[in-house]
Amino acid sequence: MEQALDTTLTVNGQSVTRRIPARMNLVDFLREELGLTGSHVGCEHGVCGACTVRVNGEIVRGCLMLAVQADGCAVETIEGLSDSGELAKLQKAFHEKNALQCGFCTPGMLLAARDLLKRNPKPDREQIRAHISGNYCRCTGYQAIVDAIEEVVAHG
Amino acid sequence: MGAPLIGARIPRKEDYRFLTGAGQYTDDVTLPRQTYAAFVRSPHAHAKIKSVNTAKAKGAPGVLGVYTGEEIAAAKLGGLPCGWLITDVNGQPMKEPPYPVIAQGKVRHVGERVAVVVAETQEQARDAAELVQVDYEVLQAVADGRLARAKGAPQLHDIAPDNTCYVWALGDKAAVDAAFAKAAHVTKLDFVNNRLIPNAIEPRAANGSYSRADDSYTLYVSSQNPHVERLLMTAFVMGLPEHKVRVVAPDVGGGFGSKIYLYGEDVVVTWASKQLGRPVKWTADRSESYVSDAHGRDHHTIAELAMDKDGKFLAMRVKTTANVGAYLSTFASCIPTILYATLLAGQYTTPVIHAEVTAVFTNTAPVDAYRGAGRPEATYVVERLVETAAREMKMDPAEIRRKNFIRSFPYQTPVALLYDTGNYDATMDAAQKLADVAGYAARKKASEAKGKLRGLGYAAYIEACGIAPSAVAGSLGARAGLYEAGEVRVHPTGTVTVFTGSHSHGQGHETTFAQVVADRLGLPVENVDIVHGDTSKILFGMGTYGSRSIAVGGTAIVKALDKIIAKGKKIAAHLLEASESDIEYANGEFKVAGTDKKKMFGEVAFAAYVPHNYPHDKLEPGLNENAFYDPSNFTFPAGTYVCEVEVDPETGVVKIERWSAVDDFGKIINPMIVEGQVHGGLAQGIGQAMTEGAKYDSHGQLVTGSFMDYCIPRADDLPSFQVDTRETPCTHNPLGVKGCGEAGAIGAPAALINAITDALGVKDIPMPATPQTVWRALQQKKAA
Amino acid sequence: MIPAAFDYHAPRSVADAIKLLGQLGPEAKLLAGGHSLLPMMKLRFAQPAHLVDLGRIAELRGISQVGNEIRIGAMTTEHELLSSKLLAEKAPLLVEGAGWIADPQVRYKGTIGGDISHGDPANDHPALMIALDASFVLTGPKGERVVKADGYFLGLYSTQLAADEILTQIRIPVPAAGSGWSYQKLKRKTGDFATAATAVMLQMKGKSVAKAAIGLTNAGPTVLKAREAEAYLAGKEINDASLNEAARLAMKICNPTPDQRGDADYKRAMCGEMTRRALQAAHARAKA
Repeated sequence: MEQALDTTLTVNGQSVTRRIPARMNLVDFLREELGLTGSHVGCEHGVCGACTVRVNGEIVRGCLMLAVQADGCAVETIEGLSDSGELAKLQKAFHEKNALQCGFCTPGMLLAARDLLKRNPKPDREQIRAHISGNYCRCTGYQAIVDAIEEVVAHG
Repeated sequence: MGAPLIGARIPRKEDYRFLTGAGQYTDDVTLPRQTYAAFVRSPHAHAKIKSVNTAKAKGAPGVLGVYTGEEIAAAKLGGLPCGWLITDVNGQPMKEPPYPVIAQGKVRHVGERVAVVVAETQEQARDAAELVQVDYEVLQAVADGRLARAKGAPQLHDIAPDNTCYVWALGDKAAVDAAFAKAAHVTKLDFVNNRLIPNAIEPRAANGSYSRADDSYTLYVSSQNPHVERLLMTAFVMGLPEHKVRVVAPDVGGGFGSKIYLYGEDVVVTWASKQLGRPVKWTADRSESYVSDAHGRDHHTIAELAMDKDGKFLAMRVKTTANVGAYLSTFASCIPTILYATLLAGQYTTPVIHAEVTAVFTNTAPVDAYRGAGRPEATYVVERLVETAAREMKMDPAEIRRKNFIRSFPYQTPVALLYDTGNYDATMDAAQKLADVAGYAARKKASEAKGKLRGLGYAAYIEACGIAPSAVAGSLGARAGLYEAGEVRVHPTGTVTVFTGSHSHGQGHETTFAQVVADRLGLPVENVDIVHGDTSKILFGMGTYGSRSIAVGGTAIVKALDKIIAKGKKIAAHLLEASESDIEYANGEFKVAGTDKKKMFGEVAFAAYVPHNYPHDKLEPGLNENAFYDPSNFTFPAGTYVCEVEVDPETGVVKIERWSAVDDFGKIINPMIVEGQVHGGLAQGIGQAMTEGAKYDSHGQLVTGSFMDYCIPRADDLPSFQVDTRETPCTHNPLGVKGCGEAGAIGAPAALINAITDALGVKDIPMPATPQTVWRALQQKKAA
Repeated sequence: MIPAAFDYHAPRSVADAIKLLGQLGPEAKLLAGGHSLLPMMKLRFAQPAHLVDLGRIAELRGISQVGNEIRIGAMTTEHELLSSKLLAEKAPLLVEGAGWIADPQVRYKGTIGGDISHGDPANDHPALMIALDASFVLTGPKGERVVKADGYFLGLYSTQLAADEILTQIRIPVPAAGSGWSYQKLKRKTGDFATAATAVMLQMKGKSVAKAAIGLTNAGPTVLKAREAEAYLAGKEINDASLNEAARLAMKICNPTPDQRGDADYKRAMCGEMTRRALQAAHARAKA
């Protein structure tokens, strides 16, 4: 019998308890069990960053963390961070600068950008590029994304 | 009225859902009683299937069904069709080997589908797939297109001797040979246009469900053209009535060509959903994507350009071997022919051109259209030849181009196309200015002082977009029409929903098309919504590829809008008690010419749906029109890219210092969206030239089968691009538009390789010019 | 991609973890950051029956100075190394090296101990550890033993760590004041392993090298200590001639595996170039 573990975590501020198979990835748990499909699955081996979520304040690859490892953790996703308004400035800038096309990488990209600005409110273009370099975008060539983040840096 | 909408940088209407995680991609759709499929794929490039034992898998927990090629054959599911028939040099049809949805008897590439397991959960399906035992007799494989026709090469298909799909040619060979005979100089190159893997960040996915209630199917699929998918699947593979299948392509996370085609997985989940009476979902993992998505490019070409003593082009001769992979994918056959050889005139007056293309089967994933599709390969041939010729002739690379530019339009090329309009001097001039070519010498000196090498390269590309006049395509072998359909539904309150057969998977149609509609109708853009991607909502569509959406799909909408306005005028004439011929429509108002009598658009719409006072004798109620548009010609976007690189000679690392792009896309609806398309195309073109390249070893194993091994550009790999446009409106569509989606990918590789070879002082360097390749070229130069 | 099923264990102490390892035997694997192990499990290249997650063991985290030694818990993340004031001041090589590892997100999860224990010559910490003359605390059922980084790495994916042991702590002697440092890494893209990389610690005495320590990443089946180059440099001035000779000596011991990053020639040449650059940069930072 496959092992499942009782796991309690906070997802977007709400406490969730589920019995979770040991091998289930955090991002699959969020998508399949909780219906939070805003975090996407692009490569499942930790390279593309589409599955980026925030765990205890740090962004991680949702595909390289087991859901059971999140026991006791505070997990935040694009849905929660949109509702709380924490991403509002970045979302506005992404919209105004056309920093998204197909939208698949966008949630992960927003989380990576927010992580950067939390730690370094005044990054230059090179630092912006470096910090989002763990997130693949195949549509934009990244330029508009860098522009958008720069816009938030310049105008808050 | 506010500012004009055509040409406005309007932020996209579709953004909200993507920015908040509310997009709905195929894998996000989970249906009641959902089941999950996992495919068993061939680990061998070429092997006979001696037996497939599914007993263990069938007994595994949660397993609902296991199907192999045998069940597929028994169910009489046909093979995947190819949509384009190429006729070879002898007037014979190309060889079309069967392309089974699940392998039957033999596998011909790593990753080919051998069996499928459907189970209650993804985990159970994957676990059980491991239990399917396949006994293979491994055969010799051939992966390199150049070796496919060699004596003794392993043979893939009985019906295609020498692994040859076709040998096809275009142009006047005798005239070309004669021109070469009297040339003052001939420039020759022999190179590979590297195989690419598209790598949309959303992997392919399909979710089929069957309804016993009305014997119908619904397929959610990550597709660029749901109607074509439905047509091919019902008519050619499953033998189902077309009206009993609904195909929905919801939000699609990038396509770049790879999601145009009908794939076996789509058929299997649809078919299996009836067998099991439950919906069946499959989502590719990235490893599967690498070996089963259609790849792009993979040409080997020997190209020659003949010139007179002043650098005037006299003739071009091109011989290409195109590796189409193990089977013919949906559009595979037309890419290295119709979309390639026809573009070899480039922007130049080269009077005679001959191209011969040999398409070969190999033990690799099928190759089909990938962003640019044939046109990047053509541009690479032309622009590498031209730049090399300039160096050999000691001419300025911009000057040799100017000397040969086409300046009189319409222009009939020697390779079948009729360019309607263009201004290549304008884009060249602007690009040179943007690139500060004048300041280049000083920058080169500064690099040299740091021990670095600097180089500058141009590419002046042309593409044929707006695919395509159906009659022309048909005469060239297309098995489908290539028009587009649109429908404009005006609601009683005057808001508008537009249904388009074009599909948006990042291109921003929901905004661009809304701008066109709102502009024509004089309505706020918020009052217009665009719907796409669902065969049950949209009357028909050919989908999105070949930069055709605005030129063909946009024009279909314009034609429907014209009908709306014409009917609106009739209604307004009745309401205003005026003659129909006196009604003018502008800014959302139907007006009696020369008076202030008018009816607002919304009032007319309301009257159409609440026809209390209405010309019932002349008109039906309602305000809903559709149109099909079949273009009269291709469109011809063109432009010039200038790339400047700095090379670290000790490591071979190339840094792109400047990138200047000036494109002529005709009339531009939304410059911000167009810039985004250019940026993205450039990124993929740069990827091809510097970082990307699918590699198979001699056994047909893909050695670049993950994001770790196949390097698509990251944010810190790319420069910030400087982009600009010049505008010569297309002459044959009402919007004057040409299309912009592929330009960057078409022009970038040649510009970058031209810059790198300039920096290194070498004639050629293979793509991708990775640090090791660049370093090696320098070592060889030193040794020579 | 879904790994084969396994049982998950999350001990709260090192003692419990070791007990578990003993009970579960060779079918158990330790889970640190998981960014090497989990992808291998998803591809089903690895199918351990048990995962013992070290992430819940508080005593395995943290950076401190004890006497003349910096002690780093094995489960300390790359991000924690990057943001450590103590390391920035006392062992900046480690901070510079951590910044070259993977990408920002991976650095929140990836751990120094996992990177070292994996025994992959492409990982960055082994060469940093060699240059810093680090020692590792290996804790097992019989207690602790401390082994030097130099000699710890035995071959591809093979180290002195026994199956029933856990690497619990990294100990680094505080480098002499004024030491120069540098980690130079050539890679194809962010997130990639090194085509070649060199870690250098350099002490100068006047114009001459007092001591050089050089570790080479991805230059052979295991991390390499460039002993001949180190010995050669002692007493030499840093100039083009000595840099070239040191680079040549480093290249001499290289035996890189050809792959997509390069063939052996290129990788060897890049090892030389990274060594030259690392020595140069370390020299520029060193104070006599």
